[in-house]
This record gives sequence, C-alpha cells and structure tokens, in this order.
Amino acid sequence: MRRLILLLPLVLFLGVAVFLYRGLFMDPSELPSALIDKPFPAFSLPAVEGDRTLTQRDIIGQPALVNVWATWCVACRVEHPVLNKLAEAGVRIYGVNYKDDNASARKWLAEFHDPYQLNIEDARGSLGLDLGVYGAPETFLIDKDGIIRHKFVGVIDERVWREKLAPLYQALVDEVTP
Amino acid sequence: MKRFAAALLLGLAALGVAHAAIDTFEFASEADRQRYRTLVEELRCPKCQNQNIADSDAPIAMDLRAQVYAKLEEGQSDAQIIDYLVSRYGDFVLYKPPVTARTLLLWYGPGALLLGGFVLLGVIVLRRRRARGEVDVGLSQDEQDRLASLLNPTPSDKKD
Repeated sequence: MRRLILLLPLVLFLGVAVFLYRGLFMDPSELPSALIDKPFPAFSLPAVEGDRTLTQRDIIGQPALVNVWATWCVACRVEHPVLNKLAEAGVRIYGVNYKDDNASARKWLAEFHDPYQLNIEDARGSLGLDLGVYGAPETFLIDKDGIIRHKFVGVIDERVWREKLAPLYQALVDEVTP
Repeated sequence: MKRFAAALLLGLAALGVAHAAIDTFEFASEADRQRYRTLVEELRCPKCQNQNIADSDAPIAMDLRAQVYAKLEEGQSDAQIIDYLVSRYGDFVLYKPPVTARTLLLWYGPGALLLGGFVLLGVIVLRRRRARGEVDVGLSQDEQDRLASLLNPTPSDKKD
C-alpha cells in the first residue's frame, strides 16, 4: 500500500504527459462551429451575377458545399482550381462572396472559371456573421434539408477532399437516395 | 536618473498605445460606453486567438465591435448580445467560459488541486507530529539539572 503511494507522482506525470502530447497535434486555430446541425441561416442577398435576389430557399434541396470566398483571400485562389474540379465531377457548390467588391468578383469568376451553382453576394458580411465566419476560405456542408452538417476552415485541397470531405459529402448524398 | 526618466516616459508612451483601440462610436450615455468597453474586453477575437476584440485590428474583430455597438444601440441587454455571438461563434468567443460539464475541470480543477495539496500537507504534518510524540526526546532528571546549572551559573558555582 505504502509502495503504491510512491507511484503516485509517476501516474500524475503520465496523465499530464498524455494531455500535453495530444495538445501537440491539436490545431488551435480550428474552432468548433456553433452551427453544426442547425439550419442554414436565413438571408436575402443579391446574386454576384445577374439581378436575382437569393434566399436560403434557393440553396435547399440537395446536399451541397457552401464555400465562403473572396478575391482578397489569397488562399481562395489556391482552392479555386480544386473547386472547379469538384464542380466538374458533379459536386454541388454554392458560393458566398464574402465582403468583396462585385466587379473584382465577376472578373475572378470570368478568369478562373465559375464552379458555383449560385453565388451569394455578401458585401457587408452579414451572412458571414450569421455563419460564424472568421476568415476565408471556409466551407460548410449542408444536407438536402439545408441543415449545416460539417464545417471546414481552410483551403480544400485534393487530400482534404479525398480524406475528409468526400466521405462526408457522400454520406449526405446517400441520405437522399438510400 | 535621466535614463530612468527616459525609460519611464517610454513605458508610459507604450501604455498609451496599447490602449488605443480606435473607437469612433458615439454613445448615448457614459453607462453605455462602460458596458461596451466591458463587452469588447470580455469577447475574444475568433481569428486572432489570444486577443479580445477590443485590442484586435483583424477585420472580423472590427465587425464584431460594430455588431456589439449596434446591438447596444438597439437596447439589447449584455446577455442578449453575448448569446447572439455565442450562437454564431460558440463558447470560443468568451474569455469567461460558462460553467458546463465540459468546463468543470477548467473552473474547479485548480481549486481542487490546491485543496488536495493542503490536505496532503496536513496529513504529512500530523504524521510527523505523531511520530515525534512516540520517540522520547526528553532529558533525564540529572541531565535537566545539569543543563539548568550550566545556563544559570550561581555565584557559588564560580571558582576563581
């Protein structure tokens, strides 16, 4: 019994070590979203191209990616070709043009190809705020009922898509056609 | 002395800079200004991690400050404003996290550790005291007498 007490510091040390070791591999800049399993926030905003006014009803119906992007966002440029590829492969992607200048956004889409089914112009960042966006690019996965199921902060590259998002997206698609 | 004065001035200047959040908001009353200050100092910037939104220059912090101001002007209570932000950004935006099952350890862990330390200390002290009581460390009567005579030499003991 007395011997066991001598082991206590070792046990404590191991406990702390496990915590700290796990901490090494955590990304503190990745925040859990408060919006998971909540409906996509209501909005009424102009489309980037054309005179349409878009609302949340326009993006509900099919599982989709909602990608928050901007021309001032350097990382979005890196992500763009990947989105193009995904769109070509049949993935439904909606864009939220976050706090951007409309002319630059149109130019960007004309220059780099437009992977978005619809593009919401959120010039003042109000939708971004409702979505809890704190930097671009951010991508939400919504299901067929417009419920936000996952959020990914950062650049979607081929690996992220393959290993992380593709299975999640596929699961949402499978929900529609079981 | 001159050097010290210069350092002091420099320090004071730096202090001024650190508090220079650019606020162009107009408040109806001093109480509202105070509420605004308290709120922006307790809310954490989601982008910059270790700054409150009062000190951060990140665009998102500016947006959040503007939101806090707008909500204050609308006459919302502090709790409503905080709820509004938490429902979008999660508990992360709070420098004072609420007490929930997940944050129990955070809130009460240090206190529990301190208490545990005191209990341990008490146990050790008590044990030592008991151990000392068992061993006879007193002097015999002869030794006591000798000690007394050594400490208080009487004139009769003096041998010149």
